[in-house]
Amino acid sequence: MTNTKSLQTLPTTETQLFTDQVDFLLHLADTNLILAQRNAEWCGHGPVLEQDIAITNISLDLLGQARNFYQYAAELINAHNKTIQAPGAIETSDTTEDSLAYLRTERQFKNLLITELPKIDWAHTVLRQLFYSIYQFLLYGQLQNSTDAQLAAIAEKSIKEVAYHVKWSSEWIIRLGDGTDESHHRMLKAMENYWPYTGEFFMPAKYESEAVTGMNISSLEQPWIEQVKTVLDEATLWLPAFENVAAVYMHSGGKTGVHTEHLGFILAEMQYLQRTYPGAAW
Amino acid sequence: MNLRETDINNTTTENSIWQILDTVVDPEVPVLSVIDLGIIRNVTVESGDTLENDAVEITITPTYSGCPAMEAITMDIRLKLLERGYKNISIKKILSPAWTTDWMTKAGKEKLKAYGIAPPLDVPQVCDSKLFAETGAIQCPLCGSYHTQLISRFGSTACKALYQCLECKEPFDYFKCH
Repeated sequence: MTNTKSLQTLPTTETQLFTDQVDFLLHLADTNLILAQRNAEWCGHGPVLEQDIAITNISLDLLGQARNFYQYAAELINAHNKTIQAPGAIETSDTTEDSLAYLRTERQFKNLLITELPKIDWAHTVLRQLFYSIYQFLLYGQLQNSTDAQLAAIAEKSIKEVAYHVKWSSEWIIRLGDGTDESHHRMLKAMENYWPYTGEFFMPAKYESEAVTGMNISSLEQPWIEQVKTVLDEATLWLPAFENVAAVYMHSGGKTGVHTEHLGFILAEMQYLQRTYPGAAW
Repeated sequence: MNLRETDINNTTTENSIWQILDTVVDPEVPVLSVIDLGIIRNVTVESGDTLENDAVEITITPTYSGCPAMEAITMDIRLKLLERGYKNISIKKILSPAWTTDWMTKAGKEKLKAYGIAPPLDVPQVCDSKLFAETGAIQCPLCGSYHTQLISRFGSTACKALYQCLECKEPFDYFKCH
C-alpha cells in the first residue's frame, strides 16, 4: 500500500498494527477475488451445465466474501483518513470496495499465487478448490475467534459456504482421481502443477503476525496436510513423496505483491473499464 | 390488513413496520417475504411528531455472502417505506450472528414446498461434513416421494441444490440447510 504519509514519518507501533490489519484484510479479500475471477472463466464453458452453475456459484460465494473484507478494509482506511494511491489513478478522498479492487496494481495485490494460475482444465480447477477451501476452512475456523469482532463475523459467515466448497471439491477429486485412466492422469498433472504453490499458505507474511491473526499461520499446515491426504488417498492420488514436505520447493511472494505474470493479465481485463473510463458508474 | 396501524396518539408502532416488511418479497422466490426468510434482525422506531419524521431503523442480515438479491431486497424495503410516507429510513446490515435456515419460519417452509422448492431440513440433523453423504431424505415437492437423489450441490442459486425425484422423474430445487 503506497501512502505518501508513511514515507515521511517513522511508523509507531500503533500505525504498524493498523497497516498490518489492513494488509491482512486485503490479502484475504484479494485471494478470494482473484480465485472468483479464475473460477468465473468457466461461465458458459463448464463440462456439463450443472457444474457450470456449481463453479460459478462458488465464484459468487468467494466474491461476496471478498466484498465483505474489502468493505471492512475501506471502513478502517477511511476512519484513519488514509487513501491508497495507485499511479495515475484519480485521487479519491474516500476509499471504497471498488477503489480497492479496481485501482490497485499488481504489486499492491496480496492474493495467494495459486489463485492467479491459469485454470487449465477441470481437474486443475477442482484440485485448486480443494487445496484452497480446506485451507480457508481451517483459517476461518480460527478467525471466528478473533478479538476483532467484524473479522470474526465475516469468518463466521463465510465458513458455512466454505464447508460446501470443501464437500463439492472433495467429491470431484475422488470421482476423477479414482475414475478412468484419463481422469486419473489429468489429476496427477494437476497435482504436479499446483502442489508447489500450497506451501505459500503456511508461510506467514510480516503482517500475518499473531497480533493481527490471533494465531500462528504455520500451525495450520499439519491439519491441512492430514485433511488433504484423506481425500487424495481415497482418490488414489496420494504419493508417499508428498509426505516429505520439505523436499518440494514451494513458490511464494503473492502475499507481499510479488506475483507471476498471470496476475497482470487478470487485472488488465478486470480493471479495464475503470481504468479506461475513470470513475465510471451505472 | 391495516397497514397504518397506529395507537391512539397517531404514531407508528414497530408492528406497523413489521406488517410493511411482510409485503417485501424475495425477488428469486416471490412467495417468501423477508420475514419468512428470517433476515430481518431488528426493527426500531423513534417517533417523531409526524409519520414523516419517525426514524425507522431496520437491521438485516444477508443469507449468502454473494447473494445478489440482498441489494434488490434492501432497495425494495426502502421503496415500500417511502411509499407509506416514511422519510427517515436507515437500513443496517450485520453479519453476526450468521444467518441460518433455522430462522426461516414454518410458514415460509410450507410456502416453498407449495411453490415447488423442497424446504431446508433442520440444520443439526444434516449439516455434517461426510462426503457423498445422504443428506437426509429430501421429499419431492411435486409428488411427495422420499425416493430422490442429489444431482448437484449447487442449483439455480447458491442457496439451492439440484435434486431429481426417482419416482416422478422430475428435477427440483432443494433449499440447502445452512
